[in-house]
Amino acid sequence: MSKVHVTTTVNGDEVEFLAEPRQSLLEVLRDELKLTGTKEGCNDGNCGACSVVFDGTLVASCCVLGVEADGKKVETVEGMATPDALHPLQQAFLEETGMQCGICTPGFLISSKELLKSKPNPSEEEIRFWLANNLCRCTGYDKIVKAVQKAAAVMEEA
Amino acid sequence: MHSFDFATPTSVSDAVAILAKEGSNARLLAGGTDLLIGMRVGRATPGLVVDAKQIPELKQYKLDGNGLQLGSAVTCRTLYEDSAVVDAYPALIESAELIGGMQTQGRASIGGNLCNAAPSGDSIPTLIVLGAEAVVIGPNGQRNLAVEDVCVAPGKTSLADNELLLTINIPAPAANSGACFQRFIPRNEMDIAIASVASSVVLSGDGSTFESARIALGAVGPTPIFAQGAGDLLAGKPVNEASIQEAADAAEAVATPINDMRGTIEQRKHLINVLTKRTLREAVARAKG
Repeated sequence: MSKVHVTTTVNGDEVEFLAEPRQSLLEVLRDELKLTGTKEGCNDGNCGACSVVFDGTLVASCCVLGVEADGKKVETVEGMATPDALHPLQQAFLEETGMQCGICTPGFLISSKELLKSKPNPSEEEIRFWLANNLCRCTGYDKIVKAVQKAAAVMEEA
Repeated sequence: MHSFDFATPTSVSDAVAILAKEGSNARLLAGGTDLLIGMRVGRATPGLVVDAKQIPELKQYKLDGNGLQLGSAVTCRTLYEDSAVVDAYPALIESAELIGGMQTQGRASIGGNLCNAAPSGDSIPTLIVLGAEAVVIGPNGQRNLAVEDVCVAPGKTSLADNELLLTINIPAPAANSGACFQRFIPRNEMDIAIASVASSVVLSGDGSTFESARIALGAVGPTPIFAQGAGDLLAGKPVNEASIQEAADAAEAVATPINDMRGTIEQRKHLINVLTKRTLREAVARAKG
């Protein structure tokens, strides 16, 4: 099985890599591109730790093949902060303690970013519904929901 | 995961040629939310994975006076973000919004849900009661079959190894018609149905009588079940609780569930009765507008 040459855009930068078809996008991000912000949790699409934006849509990167990324755009947690400041969601997760062990956090940040892009002022129910594919075994979710609400308010003002 | 080759045909004819050559060695990849997980645990071991998403016809859908012509790789999220589809087919949207969470819905397709042929597939009872047809293409040309004839066993369809699902065609809603899908799960989100029911009805102009009805059941047999008799007995009956109860009892009678970790036979049969009544009532309400 020969490797496939893939050209894709990750967080705005064009990158190339060689991938075996059996490598997931998650494996390619972590093992080939060394972008280890995206985490592996369940590896079967349930936990959301590997969430990325793929071609403009929120997906679980464990359920995408790396070779599918050819010609596409991928956004990961590494693309959220600027050199000067954290993304408002990252800042709010810090201030509201929306994390403990941190394994689920990159996935929650990416999912929340997509939520606020689609619904800038979501209700608590909308937040919980949208984030249902992201599991956290530490926080009990309330702190995450509060962090998303805070970030939404900050981003509305900005 | 085992090693395999990857093909990206850009036309239906190219895909048909690949499948004609490879047969059961090939599997089509739409959203991958079932296939890739099955491959990771060794349940599927194709030597060639064929990406369906570079084929324009499979990624498009068309809603017009004839109904919805739905390319087999169109995602659930695409459907429920189109308000015209939401307005025309609320039952289909009820299914599309229940298949996994956001990450799954952004990849998973209704066509993939049908071809995965899970007894609990959330869109399949809905497609059956909406009278959908599957348009299938292979080396011998194109054929249309009723959606209820697609699933033949858990994970098995009546499609040959060298055939692929092109579109699912759903007729335009009839006048004075309504449909509804509901499922029972023990949590609020993201679970596999213990039982599910879709119902569709066509009422007389004054809303007093059932002209026709279709009822289909999920997760209570080796395939989704078209409870044709339960729907047919409503034809000509008055729209009231007695008629609805009679149909629910008939639907329960054709459910053949198993006991497993998710639920018991007794619970599942009871749920079919309850969900048939609830979906019929809602379908009637929608038919009356």
